[in-house]
Order: sequence, then structure tokens, then C-alpha cells
Amino acid sequence: MADNQQMTCGPCAASAGPCDGKGKATLKDGVWTSNPISIQVLGVCSALAVTNRLENSLVMGAALIFVCVGSNLFVSLLRDLTPRRVRMIGEVAIIATFVILFDQFLKAYYWDMSKQLGPYVGLIITNCIVMGRAEAFALQNPPVLSMVDGFANGLGYAIALAIIAFFRELLGAGTLLGWTLLPSGFYTPNQLMILAPGAFLTLGFVIAFFNFVNGPKPEEESKP
Amino acid sequence: MTNTHVMIIVVAAIFTNNILLSNFLGMCSFLACSKQLDTAVGLGSAVTFVMTATTILNYAIYHWLLVPLKSEHLAFIVFIAVIAAFVQFVEMFVERFSPKLYHALGIFLPLITVNCAILGASLFMVNRSYTFIQSAGFGLGAGLGWALAIVLIAGLRQKMVYSNVPRPFAGVAITMVVTGIMAMAFMGFAGMVSIQ
Repeated sequence: MADNQQMTCGPCAASAGPCDGKGKATLKDGVWTSNPISIQVLGVCSALAVTNRLENSLVMGAALIFVCVGSNLFVSLLRDLTPRRVRMIGEVAIIATFVILFDQFLKAYYWDMSKQLGPYVGLIITNCIVMGRAEAFALQNPPVLSMVDGFANGLGYAIALAIIAFFRELLGAGTLLGWTLLPSGFYTPNQLMILAPGAFLTLGFVIAFFNFVNGPKPEEESKP
Repeated sequence: MTNTHVMIIVVAAIFTNNILLSNFLGMCSFLACSKQLDTAVGLGSAVTFVMTATTILNYAIYHWLLVPLKSEHLAFIVFIAVIAAFVQFVEMFVERFSPKLYHALGIFLPLITVNCAILGASLFMVNRSYTFIQSAGFGLGAGLGWALAIVLIAGLRQKMVYSNVPRPFAGVAITMVVTGIMAMAFMGFAGMVSIQ
């Protein structure tokens, strides 16, 4: 089952190796060189779903940083105690616990936001980034470095989400964080950007932009 | 919500509220396994089966066990455990009784545990407070809708191998753009029925 997990989230296996040693390299890796959304294309479900408003995507980014740091820390602490065969279920249980914590926090203090995000908070459990980092990094590295890695990947995810949401909210509603930036006489909001197709198109262009900046990358013919 | 006919939910879940094209669920396996048409058909049918069954199972567990015990906050962890256990069980069952089906479907089954569309269907079912029959219909419709989307995109990607894609777009980026255009096409169904 472990092998298949890696197959689903194809590229996470490729990025497992290069970041042992320094915290700084780990940080840069997560945010830029192998940014989870734009380079590895992991966890895109929620990236597409919550980016219709910048506010939503900031909260979602914070959620992911919290879950990633927490689960990486505990997976790393328990890595010598967990038998290999049951490690997947252990990882899922740890991740689910942190997701439940965050969900309860939102429900208690930010009810409106909890309603807006709906089931997508719960779906962090199956977010390939969290699982992928636990599997590829926290299982082999000491706790503190794993926390740095979790933070870096969460931050990379949050930044990518903010970029996508910036364009979608600005072009789709003419606002940012609820403030009108493009008044209606000057710019007619393009509803399509708020709706589903806008999400796919924006993400496609963001990935293409990252590819363009980072130069040609090796062909991905090995993917299933 | 409680009085919507089950057929309306099935049709809406396939076309107007397609779980992939309008709720963005199951993107990981959608991107990874949509290069070959027959792979897409196999994965699509496995997802449809598992989604229908786990939605029904999770409905029963949520409404007849968690709600009476007032432990709804455990829903996430229970749902994912039910899905993982169900997939393992089906895998063992199929391997034992139908080796032929196992070869056709078996390799896709473990992939499904981590498919967020499966968990998503269960969470939507709770969120929209469906009845038992409606939940079953929603699970079936959402699974069929996901299968339809992945089969369509696999067909397009097989053709796209021969086209001249701009370099930065090669690979995932162009797939996203094509999916976006397909989502626009599916918006044409919007006036037909709607659930929310």
C-alpha cells in the first residue's frame, strides 16, 4: 500500500531525497524549489476549492501549516516505535487528530469561516502534502528538522494559494479581502474566475509560470 | 433538502455538481492516472463502487452511532478508518473470489483510500443532511460523475500527445487548462437541475 500511496502522489517520491542536513535548505526547498502546489502539484483539490476568496485561502494556508508541523513532529517522534506495516494507519490517525483540533477551533471561534470552508477542512486528512511529507521526510529525520520541513511545505502551500486567490478574487469580484479595488464602472467583474473553470485555468497558468521561471524540467514520462 | 427526489440528486451529482469539475475533489489521482483510457475506465469504475458503498456505510455509522453518542467531532477519523477498512476488505474479497476482476481492478483499490473524492462524498453527505436513500444516490452519482470526468480527460490526453504544446505548459499545466475548458462545457448543464 505504501508504494501505491507514492504512485497517487507521483512526484512526492522524487522530492524525498535532497533535503537532509540543514534547516535553511529544507525551508527553501519547501517554499520555492519544490513548492508543493506549483512544482510537485500535490494537494491541489483544496488549492482549487478555497481560492475563490483571498481570506479563505489564508485561513486554509494557516490550517495546513498547523497540521503539517504537528503531524511531522509526532510522526518523527514515533518513527522508531512504529512497525513498518502499520505506519500508514498511524500517520492517518495523527493527521486526523490535528485536523479535528483545527476544525473544532474554527467552529468555536470563527463559525462563519467554518461554514465557508465546509468540508474542505476535513479534507486536509487526505491532502497529499501532509501525508507525503510525513511519509517522505518525517519518517527519516529528527523531530526539529521535521517540524521545519512541515512548516516550509505548509508555507509553500499557503503562498501558492494566496497567489491563486489573489488573481481569482481580483479578476472575479474586483475585490481583495472584501475591499473593492476595481470599482464597477472601471472594471466589469468576470464571474467565471470565481466559478470552477477559473480555478483550473488560474492554476494551469501559475504552474506554467513556475515552469517558465525555473527553466525546462526533466520530462515526467515515468508517471503511471 | 429532505424532499428532493433521489433521481434528481443522481443526475445533479453527475452533471451539474460534478464532484471533480465543480468541487475539485480527487485531483491527485485524476492527474496521475489519466494518461491511458483503459486505466481511467478501471479506476473510474472502482471509485464508483467504493464511493457508493462507503457513503452508505458512513451514513449508517454517523446517524445511528455517532449522533446518538454525541461524538460528531470524531466523524473525520471514523470516516477515513471506515474507508480504509472497506477498501482492504474489498481487496481481499475480490482477490479470493475473482482473480480476473482482481487483475482488472485490484491495483486501483489501494489508491482509492487516499482519493479525497471518497472522503469528500461522505463529508458532503453530512454537510447537506441527506436522508439514507439520498445519500446512496449521491454516492452513486458522484462516483459516476468522477468516472465520467477522468474518462473524458484521458481520451483528450491521449490525443494531446500528438499536439504541439508550448514548453512551460507541457505536462500538468496544459491538463489543468483543458480541465478548465471542460468545466466550462459542463456549466452548460447548469440550468437543468441543481442541488446545494
